[in-house]
This record gives sequence, structure tokens and C-alpha cells, in this order.
Amino acid sequence: MDGRMKLATVWLGGCSGCHMSLLDIDERLFQLLEYADIVYSPFTDHTDVPEQIDILLVEGAAAQSEHIDQLRTLRARSRIVVAFGDCAVVGNVTAMRNGRNTKQLLLESFGSAGNDMGADPANHLPMLLDDVLPLHRVIQVDLFVPGCPPAADLIWYVLTELFAGRTPHLDREKLHYG
Amino acid sequence: MAEPLREILIDPVSRVEGHARISIIFDTHGRVSDARLHVTEYRGFEHFCRGRLVWEMPRLTSRICGVCPVSHSVTSAKAGDDILAVAIPRTAENLRRILVLAQWVQSHTLSFFHLSSPDLLLGKDIPHARRDFFTVMKSHADFARRGIRLRKWGQEVIARIAGKRIHPDFVTPGGVLRPLSIQDRDIILDGLPEAHNTIRMALETMKALLESGTNDTDMFGNFPSLFLGLVDENGGMEYYGGTLRVMDAAGNVVADRVDPRSYRDFIAERSEPWSYMTFPHYAPSSADGGLYRVGPLARCNISSHTGSPKSDRELAEFRQRGGSRNPVLHSFAYHLARCIEILFALERIEELLTDPETLRTDTLRARAFSNRPQGIGVTEAPRGTLFHNYSVGSDGVIRNVDLLIATAQNNAAMNRTIQQIAMHLIRNAGNDVDTAILQRIEAGIRCYDPCFSCATHALGKMPLLVEYRSEDDSLIRTFRR
Ligand code: SF4
Repeated sequence: MDGRMKLATVWLGGCSGCHMSLLDIDERLFQLLEYADIVYSPFTDHTDVPEQIDILLVEGAAAQSEHIDQLRTLRARSRIVVAFGDCAVVGNVTAMRNGRNTKQLLLESFGSAGNDMGADPANHLPMLLDDVLPLHRVIQVDLFVPGCPPAADLIWYVLTELFAGRTPHLDREKLHYG
Repeated sequence: MAEPLREILIDPVSRVEGHARISIIFDTHGRVSDARLHVTEYRGFEHFCRGRLVWEMPRLTSRICGVCPVSHSVTSAKAGDDILAVAIPRTAENLRRILVLAQWVQSHTLSFFHLSSPDLLLGKDIPHARRDFFTVMKSHADFARRGIRLRKWGQEVIARIAGKRIHPDFVTPGGVLRPLSIQDRDIILDGLPEAHNTIRMALETMKALLESGTNDTDMFGNFPSLFLGLVDENGGMEYYGGTLRVMDAAGNVVADRVDPRSYRDFIAERSEPWSYMTFPHYAPSSADGGLYRVGPLARCNISSHTGSPKSDRELAEFRQRGGSRNPVLHSFAYHLARCIEILFALERIEELLTDPETLRTDTLRARAFSNRPQGIGVTEAPRGTLFHNYSVGSDGVIRNVDLLIATAQNNAAMNRTIQQIAMHLIRNAGNDVDTAILQRIEAGIRCYDPCFSCATHALGKMPLLVEYRSEDDSLIRTFRR
């Protein structure tokens, strides 16, 4: 692969652990910057989704209304979309609220203020989805990297393979829950 | 004539753990009338944890936050100890204590180096597209490398003890699951001299910034408030045991030796329809609605000493900044307090690792079944006092969960901070609010190192959007930075 890669990372309904595991590549972050520019990420202040993304890592599941549009935009502009960690892959802990009445949860947690949450645009709160969705239920996914979170060495293996233009082989010893 | 600016939306607030937006609201004269921090995520742990076994809770609640998972799992295990009605072995307590402190090291390092150093080092004129740690890695490579390695050391302490850096399965109601080996202990100790060098450098950087006077500390979340946190039996800095202390803005201790298990007697919460994060307040106080702050600034204000020589010197110097006996009130000092706490954690980890009890392999866990209908665990997480409160049946199945999270306790203070910065910087700005001002407001939030993942939960990146609205609230035009 010629030239530098445009790497983007997003964080939907997750705990940030997958992003923390990305930082856990430690000093290899310097090598990362030799291969790639981080064009969009919670670690940066970029405000607009760039027109072209080579590799997109998505942490977390789709948990509220704005995630859906966001994912569609990102998908359209990304060459390779990676479901990054168990929440993105299967929903995981983020999806454990599924099957419960969302409105009821909000009323229990916030009292009567819960009534207006997500409903009135002036409050600037997105509407929670009734069911949290893993990534592939919203957009097409090119690569699934499980783990809660995926280990830093696995992340580094996946990224370096993708930088080299190869498909990472996620064989059995690389995969495990938790 | 141009329409007066009615509202500005900063969306999202970047370089914080979790998802939030800020709105700044103007009155008809174009003056800032309010500023709000909207936390846009909600995850519902209190609900779906019902029906799970108390022994599962450390693993489950760990997933509240990938930045401070160990703080949640240890606090959860403490609530479990309470339900089992057991005293845990000293070895287990020592190992849990080291984990909590290692969490402070890696999380504070993340906050200072990875998230806030772009605000502190890159100057106000750097374009937002380059205002990040990756730029710092290029412009201040040595500084960045040392930060990366300090965070790595903190994470490695956790991995050597608990088996994995993030979401380890190690603490459990009654104790811990595995002993620490001498080899792993020694590897951890070997990293300490470098960690001390790095934090020394960070402390000096931070003090120089404070002395330079370029950071507008007067208006950076500078207001009276209460401060709350754990202290040990002598009033020294505490993080795992101890009792609660509350101090007022004049340095008077207004509550002391409070059993943390009674926290619901004096901390109340209210909700607003514009945030998925509640507003806890100190119920006995009428002043300022009981607004209180937790976390590094609060701990450095309420603790009379640290009990370890190097951090004690730093704490004494820190206290001078408040003037005689007064607490330090401006939130910019959170950054310095965080550095002092890293130093404290390094000293205390070393003491705990050289205690022979820490390496015992025979007594790691007290076994019992559910003996109490309710259990409460409290620790000092990196961002402040963390409460887990579970009700269970005699079968050990969770019936109810109440979590009081550090970041939520700073909610009112964070709102006050952005109001203060916005009112100060946007004086009759009309339509000329520039991005530099908005970045300063975001930086004000970052002082608190808020973790919205913890405090509820989130949303993705949207551009910073300034909306121009007319008197009747209809949208005139929008501006993206
Ligand atoms: S997969 Fe695990 S580590 Fe990643 S966001 Fe979900 S809960 Fe957090």
C-alpha cells in the first residue's frame, strides 16, 4: 500500500475500554504515526467526518438515534470498517438493557425529567434506541475484532496487517472472550 | 442588522472520556445567560444488574468504564464484602489497594499527558485539527514518550497483579483470586525510578504553567464550593478505607468521620431534562445549593497530609496556593493535584509492595454466602469518591443497585465552570465568538477529567455548531468551525 493511511476511530455505546486498549500499544504509538494519520477520533479535536477514511475502528454498539446516521455517513466514507471489540461485534454489556422499556428506565433513573429526555430538541439529548444494535445490524462490516477489550497486541497485529494491505488472520488462538 | 447570537453548541466536547456537548445560551442583549453541559449517553447499569449474582458484579460493573475499570471492580467487591459480612485477608486488601493506586497512576497520566497536554503545551493558536496528543508526540517527543511510559507502568502494575490491563477478573467479594509472585513484584519495583523521574518532570511543567499566569486561573472554575472525599483515621489522604470528610470553601471541616455507608443520608440528587447525568448535592448545606467537588482537587484540599515524604512536601506547597488555611478553589489546580496524587501513589505502592504480607499465597479470600440484605462499597476512584450500593436476597441475587459516580458529583461544578468561562470570555461578543474561546470552555471541562462513560453514557462526533437564531427561536444560519 502506497502512502499514508487515514485512520479514524469512533466510540459509540461502549465503555472506552477498546480505545484504552488501543493506547495500550504504548510506544508503538510512535510507529503508528509513521504509517497513518489519525484523521478523526475521540483523542483529537477534528470536528467533521473526513471525506475519505482508509481504516475505521468502531468501538461500541449503536445505542441512540444519532449513532445510526453517524454510522451510515462513516460507512460511506470508509474503505475498511472494523467492528472493534465485543460491544461493536455482538452488543455485549451495552446491549444488556435490551428487552426493557426505555422510557420506564429513564423515569426510574431521572424521575419526571425522564419524560422529556430525547423528546424536545431544545434539550440537545438524543433519543435512546429501544434496542441496542451491534454494528453489523446497522452497516456492512469488513472485519470483526472481538475481545472485551481486544488485547493491545491483537490490535497492533490487525493494524499492521491492514497497513500492509493484507487481511488479518484472526485464527483461534487470537480469539477469546473478555 | 445581524441577528443576535442566541445559542452556541459545542458538540462534542472532545478529549474527554465519554460523550457530551455544551450549549451556551444568550439573552436578548447578546450576553451569556447560561451554559449547560449535556451528557448524551445513558447505559442503564442500575437496571440490568438486577437479577445478577453479587459475585458477578465486579466483572460486570468493570464495564462501566474502560478508563477506571479497577476502581469499579474493587468498589463492587467491597460492597460484596459487606453483603458477605466478612473481613478480607490483609494480603487481599494490600493487593486491592495497589490496584486502586495503579489506576490513579494510569488514569491521571492519561488525563494529564494524553488528553490535556495539547491544551497546556501547544499554545492557544494551534488549529483545532492539530490540537491533540499526536501533535504533542511530534513537537514534544520526549515529554510524550515519558507520559506513554508512565501510563504503561501503571497499566502493567494492574496486569502483573490482576492478569490483564483492562477489565481483569481478579477481585471478588471476600478478597482476590490469585497471589502476586515475587518476580512480578520485582518487575513492578524496577519501574519505579523512571516513574518518579517522569512525575517530577510533570510537576515542574505544571508549576511553571501556574506561575506563568497565562491560564486565567481566576475564571477557570474559580468559585467557592464544598469538597468531599475519604480521609484516613488521622485526616491523611485515603483511597480505599477511611471515612468521609466534607470541607467548606473557607477550610472549615463541616462533617468528619462520617461512615461512608450512610452517604444517602446527606447526598441528594436532582435531574434536568437536558442531561442524562444527575446533579448530586450535599443536602445539609443551603449555601450554593450544596454544590461540592470531588476528585484530586478535593482530596488535596481535605487531606492534612499524605504520610509519604515526597508527596507530603508537594501537598504542603499546594496548600500554600489557597492562602494560609484555605482550600484551593480554582479548578485549573486539578491538573497539579493529579500530579501530586501520582507521586503519592508511587510512594504508597512501593510501601505496599515491600510489606511481606502482600506476597502471601495462603490467605487471599474469605468465603461466605449472603449474610446481609444490603452492602455498600466506597473507594476514591481517580475522579473522586465512588459508591456502589447493592440490595440482595438471601440467595445473593441483586435486587437493587445504586451507583453514585465521581463525575456526576462534579456535574454542578462543571456547569458552573463553563458558565464562568463563557461569561468571562464572551462579553458582548455578538456574532464574533471564535473557536479559541470555545476551546477554552472545553478545556475548562477537561480540568475535571470527566468520565461520562462512568457517569451514565454516549454519542459520536459531530461538528462544533454555532446556531444563529432569531427572537422567536427560528434558525437563521449555522456556522461550523
Ligand atoms: S467491548 Fe468491552 S472494553 Fe470494549 S467498549 Fe465494550 S465493554 Fe468496553
